[in-house]
Amino acid sequence: MNLETKIESHWDDNAPAMGHVLRPGLDISHNVVLYLDDISVSFDGFKALNNLNLTIDAGELRCIIGPNGAGKTTMMDVITGKTRPDSGTCFFGQTLDLTRMTEPEIAHAGIGRKFQKPTIFESHSVFENLELAMKTDKRARTSLLAWLDSPGRDKIADTLKLIRLDQEADRLAGLLSHGQKQWLEIGMLLMQEPKLLLLDEPVAGMTDDETERTGELFKSLAGKHSLVVVEHDMAFIEQLGGKVTVLHEGAVLAEDNLAAVQADPRVIEVYLGR
Amino acid sequence: MRTPFVIRFFNSMPRNGWIAMALFAAITIVAMPALHLFMPKESPFYVSNCVITLGGKLMCYAIVAVAMDLIWGYAGILSLGHGVFFSLGGYAFGMYLMRQIGTDGSYHSHLPDFMVFLDWKELPWYWAGSDSFLWSVLLVLVLPALVAYIFGYFAFRSRIKGVYFSIITQALTFAAMLFFFRNETGFGGNNGFTDFKRILGYDITSPETRVILFGLSALVLMLTLLLGRYLVTSKFGRVLAAIRDAESRVMFIGYNPLHYKLFVWTLSAMLCAVAGALYVPQVGIINPSEMSPANGIEIAIWVAVGGRGTLLGPVIGAAIVNLSKSYFTVAFPEYWLFFLGALFVMVTLWLPEGVLGLWKRWTQKGQA
Repeated sequence: MNLETKIESHWDDNAPAMGHVLRPGLDISHNVVLYLDDISVSFDGFKALNNLNLTIDAGELRCIIGPNGAGKTTMMDVITGKTRPDSGTCFFGQTLDLTRMTEPEIAHAGIGRKFQKPTIFESHSVFENLELAMKTDKRARTSLLAWLDSPGRDKIADTLKLIRLDQEADRLAGLLSHGQKQWLEIGMLLMQEPKLLLLDEPVAGMTDDETERTGELFKSLAGKHSLVVVEHDMAFIEQLGGKVTVLHEGAVLAEDNLAAVQADPRVIEVYLGR
Repeated sequence: MRTPFVIRFFNSMPRNGWIAMALFAAITIVAMPALHLFMPKESPFYVSNCVITLGGKLMCYAIVAVAMDLIWGYAGILSLGHGVFFSLGGYAFGMYLMRQIGTDGSYHSHLPDFMVFLDWKELPWYWAGSDSFLWSVLLVLVLPALVAYIFGYFAFRSRIKGVYFSIITQALTFAAMLFFFRNETGFGGNNGFTDFKRILGYDITSPETRVILFGLSALVLMLTLLLGRYLVTSKFGRVLAAIRDAESRVMFIGYNPLHYKLFVWTLSAMLCAVAGALYVPQVGIINPSEMSPANGIEIAIWVAVGGRGTLLGPVIGAAIVNLSKSYFTVAFPEYWLFFLGALFVMVTLWLPEGVLGLWKRWTQKGQA
């Protein structure tokens, strides 16, 4: 639901006293897709995240950089429900409290995640990988009788073309090159039709050509989707444009466009200068 | 357009598979019973009592092996406690067989002999209904499945995986064995149930009864294979294999592995229970040693020898291991366990895909 229809539907409601009507699903009426507020996570006394505050706007393409151990992956773990924060709140849109949802529930709500190390189903074919990821009813009892219909096949074919694996559809995913595996995982993410994509080092191990195409793809996705990209490759971040957040010791150190961040003396000290 | 379910079911197996299945049915359900019943004993074509009993036993083991393959080969969950579900099925049906003895036992009491021996005056409450065949069948289908469901729910919800799960299932089977060994439990203690006389009023040792049990075992084995084949070729099966290979990815694309694991785990236990219920009247005894941890490990060896994740392989594996067992325990009884151990080590080292993998390698070489 976009902003205008949302406002319109408020006009139609016969409940003038209620400022905001609670609806199921993602509510981005304030144009923010993700709120992280004062999130702290510690592992055996080590503070992986230390009062982290971060908001991502709807349709935004945000890059996150930071030295090793800055908490980038832990942040993604918190958003996707893998790790529960010790304190703080984490909301998807206005209404969905991610700290109370399980991983599959969060995936259904519309958050897709690409891991640092490509995680695909190696003993399934490329086609089957996309089929499994496709947005559909994913309950066990439905899967028992599920059958791929032709719109589903078309969607898989489109995605195969987009990630340039249409020649490899029937190959085992485990036999793909590293770069192709990265693309397959991105393709699986797209099949989920997520509202928010979390991408952990998506271009690691890609050739320069593949990296550039990935950048083009991400830029074309922004607007319709919101993207959070964790990367070390500065050229790639420059290609993406957009705002850059620098994490350091589990908190936000700086947040601006790439040039401004690169000129920030604190950032240079902890990260870029080394 | 949606393809009708029946066509999808038929397509889940290649044509050769259906032909092999028909052949197997012709041999086990028609030919062997007929040769046993109608051939004179002197004839070279006569199928002896011994063959029917051994064959029936092997097919029960094969059902267990396929059930094991569904959870180990496809879902990657190694259970070392499948002896429990097999035995629970056996005991549930054994209760009915004990009641069918009537007053023909050694003590000529209406109670089973072991209860007379313990000086019990009446049946414990949980024996209620054991006179009824239908109740017993229901018990076989529901009780072990319920135990598996409850155990599986807590284990999978707590995300217990890998070797930890295997160890817990082994503890489960060991605890169950100790429980059934106790006389107070009311299942015959270490002697278990034996000395059966009748089933549905028919003499349990008569050739006709044996042949029916043999054919029924074959039928259940075939149905198990068909069901397994449908399951692993369906989307459900692809999700299962995906859980085996990358569970976190499965969760992050929106599947809840709990329900998938729980379904296949409970189904597997139910199939084992049916196998146990068919096994007991053919072998004539059920006792707690069927739940010994060694038995649970042996089931895993059948599957490994035949080839994990192939459905057919475990059937072959169960046959190979048990036929060698029949031979070894007579010829060199003290060396059987060494042989079994060596077999497992050899298969793990040189045949990770089992006998069926070896077969595939040979046939592919021939084509190349």
